[in-house]
Amino acid sequence: MENHTKSHHPGYSTYFFVWLALLAFTSITVTVAGISLGKYTMLVALGIAAIKSALVINIFMHIKFEEKIFKVFLALSFFTLLIIFILTSFDIIYR
Amino acid sequence: MSSHQEGTVAHVHRDDIGAKMGMWLFLFTEVLLFGGMFLVYAFYRFQHQDQFRVAAMELNTGIGTLNTVILLTSSLTVALAIAAIQKGNRFLSVLMLNITLVFAVMFMVNKYFEWSAKISHGLFPGSKEMLDLPNGQILFYGLYYVMTGLHALHVIIGVVILSFMLIQLMKKKITQDNHVKLENAGLYWHLVDLIWIFLFPLFYLIQ
Repeated sequence: MENHTKSHHPGYSTYFFVWLALLAFTSITVTVAGISLGKYTMLVALGIAAIKSALVINIFMHIKFEEKIFKVFLALSFFTLLIIFILTSFDIIYR
Repeated sequence: MSSHQEGTVAHVHRDDIGAKMGMWLFLFTEVLLFGGMFLVYAFYRFQHQDQFRVAAMELNTGIGTLNTVILLTSSLTVALAIAAIQKGNRFLSVLMLNITLVFAVMFMVNKYFEWSAKISHGLFPGSKEMLDLPNGQILFYGLYYVMTGLHALHVIIGVVILSFMLIQLMKKKITQDNHVKLENAGLYWHLVDLIWIFLFPLFYLIQ
C-alpha cells in the first residue's frame, strides 16, 4: 500500500491521441447530421456526445487515474441527473 | 492511506486530494445547473419538434463546428500545460496556457460575430421579429441565448481563472510539486468543454 501509484500521469502523446479522437468524432457527428436518419438522428448525436465526454472525463480530467472516491462522486451525480430526466420524461409522456 | 504527496515538506500542510475533491463537488453543482436547462430543452423540443428544426436551420453550423474544434483544442492545451508542469517543464506549461487563452478569446470572438449576426436579423428575445414567430421557435431561440450565453459566461470566467494561474505559474507559485491549483483550473476548463460537447449537437445539428 505504501507505494501505490496514485500519481500515474499519461504522457503528452496520450492527450494528443485523445484530441485526435475527439476531432474525429466531431467530424463524424457533423457528417451524420447531414444524413437523414429519421428519429435516430438525435440518438446518434447524443451517443457520439456521450463518447466524447467519456474521453474528456477519463483522460483530460484524469478520472481514470484518480482514487475511487472520485468515481463514486461522478457516478452519484450522473445517476442523480439520470433519475431527474427519467422521472420528468414519464411526466411528459403520460401527461 | 499513503496519500502523502511526493515532495511535501514536513511543515507544509496541504491536502491536494481534498482540494480536488472540493473542485469536483463544485463541478457537480455546475452539472446540475446546466442539467436543469437541458431538461427544459428536452421538454420543449419534445413538444415543438418541427418548430425546433425550422429555428435551428437559422444557426450557423460552420461557426458552431469551428468553435467546437477550438474548445476541444484548448482542452488539449490545458491538459498539456498540466502535464508539462508535472514534468517540471515550466516553459512549455506557460506556452500551453497562453495558447489556451488565445483559443478562449477566439471562441468569444466567433460568438460575438454569431450573436451580432442574429441580433442584426432581429432575432433576439423580445424583438418584434421574434414575437411574430410561432411559440416553438421563440422557445428555441430563448433556450439558445440562455444556454449558450451561460456557457459563454463560463468561458469568460475560465479566461479570468486561467490568466490568474498563468501569473502564478510565471511567479513560480505553481511548481512541479505544487500544482493542484492549475489542475483545478484545468478541471473547470474541461467542464466548459464538456458542456459545449452537448450544446453543439443539440442546437447546431438538428435536421
